[in-house]
Amino acid sequence: MGTADLISPKFVQSEHHERKAWLGVLARSDAREVAARWTALKLEPDFQTLRPPETGLVMVRGRAGGTGDAFNLGEMTATRAVIRLSSGETGVGYVSGRDKRHALTAALADALLQSPDHKQAVMTGLIAPLASARDAARREASRKAAATKVEFFTMVRDRSPKK
Amino acid sequence: MAYVAVKGGEQAITNAHALLAEDRRGSRDVPEVGVDQIRAQLSLAVDRVMGEGSCYDRDLAALAIKQSRGDLPEAIFLLRAYRTTLPRFGFSDPIATEQMAVRRRVSAAFKDIPGGQVLGPTFDYTHRLLDFALAAEGGHLPDPAAMADAPLADDLPTIASVFLHEDLLEHETPALDAAEPYDLTREPMQFPATRDQRLQALARGDEGFLLSLAYSSQRGWGSTHPLCGEIRLGDVSVEFTPPELGFPIELADLTVTECTMLSEFEGSMEHPPQYARGYGLTFGHCERKAMSMAIVDRALKAAENAVDQVHPVQDEEFVLYHSDNVEASGFVQHLKLPHYVDFQASLQFVRKLRREWAEARSAKEAAE
Repeated sequence: MGTADLISPKFVQSEHHERKAWLGVLARSDAREVAARWTALKLEPDFQTLRPPETGLVMVRGRAGGTGDAFNLGEMTATRAVIRLSSGETGVGYVSGRDKRHALTAALADALLQSPDHKQAVMTGLIAPLASARDAARREASRKAAATKVEFFTMVRDRSPKK
Repeated sequence: MAYVAVKGGEQAITNAHALLAEDRRGSRDVPEVGVDQIRAQLSLAVDRVMGEGSCYDRDLAALAIKQSRGDLPEAIFLLRAYRTTLPRFGFSDPIATEQMAVRRRVSAAFKDIPGGQVLGPTFDYTHRLLDFALAAEGGHLPDPAAMADAPLADDLPTIASVFLHEDLLEHETPALDAAEPYDLTREPMQFPATRDQRLQALARGDEGFLLSLAYSSQRGWGSTHPLCGEIRLGDVSVEFTPPELGFPIELADLTVTECTMLSEFEGSMEHPPQYARGYGLTFGHCERKAMSMAIVDRALKAAENAVDQVHPVQDEEFVLYHSDNVEASGFVQHLKLPHYVDFQASLQFVRKLRREWAEARSAKEAAE
């Protein structure tokens, strides 16, 4: 699975698009699924914590009428962590929710994905399955919604003169 | 005004809290309800608490509902209190609702809206008969929902985009020089309120209060004659730029409900007749709230230029000062806390008035 498949089309052409793709997958995935797949990878990199995991809020904005001026809709919880591998790569983890281990794992994965030695393993063992699970869930939800689409019947009246 | 500290009652309070905990748990013959069960099976209660608590976190909202024994305004208060303990990382980019992964989308105004009428998981068209099957022990799992062969189109066109080419609907575009959006969590309410301030207040506002205001406006107390242009429910991606990265990442998929209400605008010297819009947006699946919000937004928008604002829904100070149920509940419920000194002072005053009244009356009788 190419990283281009993992992300909104508008990001694909931009700088850092690959990193945006995996960070987006890590941030939006369920913390337990991330933990399970991370454990299965059995990677125990040597690292230093630059910013210990911390939970906070991001104010989510909407637009008036959907397309107008921005307004503050309400906050969401998020957790972040920053680490540096002993091999030098810095990993930044920002995830939705309050799971500190999730943020730390995201930071570790981000750093390993920048290292040519580990990128392939983390991509196939963590990012690709998480992304395809999300896509499958979305597709299923959309197919269920599509089954509730109304098919209108229109009665066609015969307007020919009566015989 | 002076406060007098009164000691005592400590043991009573401790015991009251223990009694509350026991009552919350209820009969021990019944298994305890889990936060995960509340999150999964009382999901619309969770949605309301996240929306009015103004904090998207399903686990926290479910916990608050459990702790509050299902008292949703109390749960909203708990969530609001919790959020004050967390640092603010920053602001997201505005969510793009036209790119929503839609699970329900209907237009009551326009039958042939492109993409179709998608009913989704709705109470509409149910008969509102109690379903005793749900009360049966060892309930069976429902049949899996039907699945169409193909998913819905990626981006369902919005009602606004459908009529854009004819300019029939008021089209909202961001101002080039738009200021940073007003933030009620940092600044107090001020008047006249800007649209961004109003929308934030309404998004946090009490569903019941906004529902009644919307209803009053429909019935003629500030008539808006609304038509439901579109309701959509689904997931949107939240983009946020972490300072360490300097570029946006997709931080979360949030469920939101959006509603566009339409009402006729007769036109003016500058503007041809068209449909004006009211906007509602909430966290989670809160359709009644999103619709009410859109109607109230439209009524306040229409009132901005009106000469006289005679109805409650047209008065932004009345609406925005009283829409927050944490503030409203706090002010009403503080009355049950000890007011012994106030009452003592009031008693003395009323006794004095009665004495004077009696003296005046007997003086008058003596004179007659």
